[in-house]
Amino acid sequence: MNLFCVGLSHRTANVATREQFAGNATAESIMRQIGCAEVLLLTTCNRVEVYAVSEKLVSTDEITRCLTTTTDHSACDYASPFYRYEDEKCVQHLFRVASGIDSMVVGESEILGQAKKAYESARTSGAVGPYLHRLFQRAFRVAKQVRTHTDIARGAVSVGSVAVELAQRIFGKLRECKVLVLGAGETSERTARALVSRGVTDLRVSNRSLDRARELAQMVGGQAVPFDDWAAQCREIDILLTSTSSETLLLTREVLAPMLRERLDRPLFIIDIAVPRDVDPNVNEMEGVYLYDIDSIRSVVEQSLALRRQQVAAAEAIIADHVIEFADSISPGSSGMSRTAQNSLGEKALRASEL
Amino acid sequence: MRFNFFAIGLGFIFQTAFLSIRGHQLERCPITNLFEVFVFLAWSVALTYMLVGPAYRLSLMGAFTAPLVSLLQGFALIAPIDTRHPVDGPVNSWLEFHASISLVAYGAFALACIAGVMYLLQERQIKTHHLHSIFYHLPPLTNLFAAITRLLWWGFALYTVGIVSGFFTGHPLPRVQVVSAIVLWLLYAAILQARHLKWLAPKRVAALCIIGFSAALALLWGITFTAELHPLP
Repeated sequence: MNLFCVGLSHRTANVATREQFAGNATAESIMRQIGCAEVLLLTTCNRVEVYAVSEKLVSTDEITRCLTTTTDHSACDYASPFYRYEDEKCVQHLFRVASGIDSMVVGESEILGQAKKAYESARTSGAVGPYLHRLFQRAFRVAKQVRTHTDIARGAVSVGSVAVELAQRIFGKLRECKVLVLGAGETSERTARALVSRGVTDLRVSNRSLDRARELAQMVGGQAVPFDDWAAQCREIDILLTSTSSETLLLTREVLAPMLRERLDRPLFIIDIAVPRDVDPNVNEMEGVYLYDIDSIRSVVEQSLALRRQQVAAAEAIIADHVIEFADSISPGSSGMSRTAQNSLGEKALRASEL
Repeated sequence: MRFNFFAIGLGFIFQTAFLSIRGHQLERCPITNLFEVFVFLAWSVALTYMLVGPAYRLSLMGAFTAPLVSLLQGFALIAPIDTRHPVDGPVNSWLEFHASISLVAYGAFALACIAGVMYLLQERQIKTHHLHSIFYHLPPLTNLFAAITRLLWWGFALYTVGIVSGFFTGHPLPRVQVVSAIVLWLLYAAILQARHLKWLAPKRVAALCIIGFSAALALLWGITFTAELHPLP
């Protein structure tokens, strides 16, 4: 028996190529067409991968034919972006994928949920047997361990998540935070939703168009505030999210200083995602005010990604241990897998071929 | 956090055992020389952490507390300060109470100082937009500030009791000691008053906690040094 993985991802194929192979096949259909013992199909926006266990040798071309959505079956057209991993290399690849190391945004956790969903779908259809069951259960454990024991999932990588992360590091629980959203753009909406999802209950929306403010307030569960009253709100609020299309600065040191005197012991977190900016950058120098504009948010995202990349080596070490342990655990007599499969993994030399 | 708590807890058990044995040997509270005072202070810091750490769930506070405890303990062990002084005569209970309660107050001030360092470190990162790995492990600013405030109140209350009890010892204390202790009491009273009236931003309160504890350590050194030169019964 052979364990192998054939697939393509954002690293080897562009979206146009990937979409040719996504959504056509199911684990069950691949199993039926090729005659593998076990098959699992993992399809996300960034990858299409088939994990299979088979007695006979299955070529990459056979798998790609099952996946393609076109009727043109000339293998040479789409064999190039595919990679193939076998045995321990396949195990290692799956552990890396589940841990988010192979993702476009290193350390993202969505892939783990997608892998679990793919496993559940294949298990329900009967395409997963004891081997892939053990393999994927171990992969989920590894992914959890990597996330717990390294900082690979730390740090925010979008405007919304940066805002939430920083707000939580300033205020702790956001339940008691008062938030004012100034300007009702799409990014504001997403960021406001992210804050609400983390517990914010007092959310106010102000916009030049009161109707639009009411609309957004209704969508995110807040209340609309007339645009003329927004400045006065700064006495009460903890977080200001601004994204208006104003050509001039709306908030300056002179405007803010008298209000801050009344709230010296409470921090004010300002997220200014407007271009041109709504808030005077000098406001950040004021005591207790933390101003983040679009450039500083981008800088935080880059720092987060750099931090995550630094963690890859630690994550790889955890994975390497698990790959060895997994290979040992399937040595003869210790598992319910077939002797042929055990021998195959135990004796074959590592071989991974990128086609 | 759990590891930090248990590591400090284990150290605390050994410190308690040592102080207990030394107390039995001396037949009085083991704060008769600089060595014992530093061990007692390290014990007070560990005690305050164990009371405060789990209650406020401040991640990493243990990681900041452990080095301070080690530093105090290490200094006590390495420096040649474990000199025996004749401490004959009956035990002065008021003097022992005064000294020990003041040292426990110092423990609370030490923890406030540690929380202050953590606050300034986190605040600096958020202000300058440079978020290092430690940013993700330090507690939120508002939680740290709440802990600073409560620790200051605890320390201040205990220190007040310590100072008042000093007047019941029945022996005249050196004037420099009394004046220094009152100056320190006034410093912490001023910090708390300014905090209460919202005259000071949290960042300045955090910085003052560090200054206050440094002053407290200097005073402690002075008091113990003077006491060794002119021991009270």
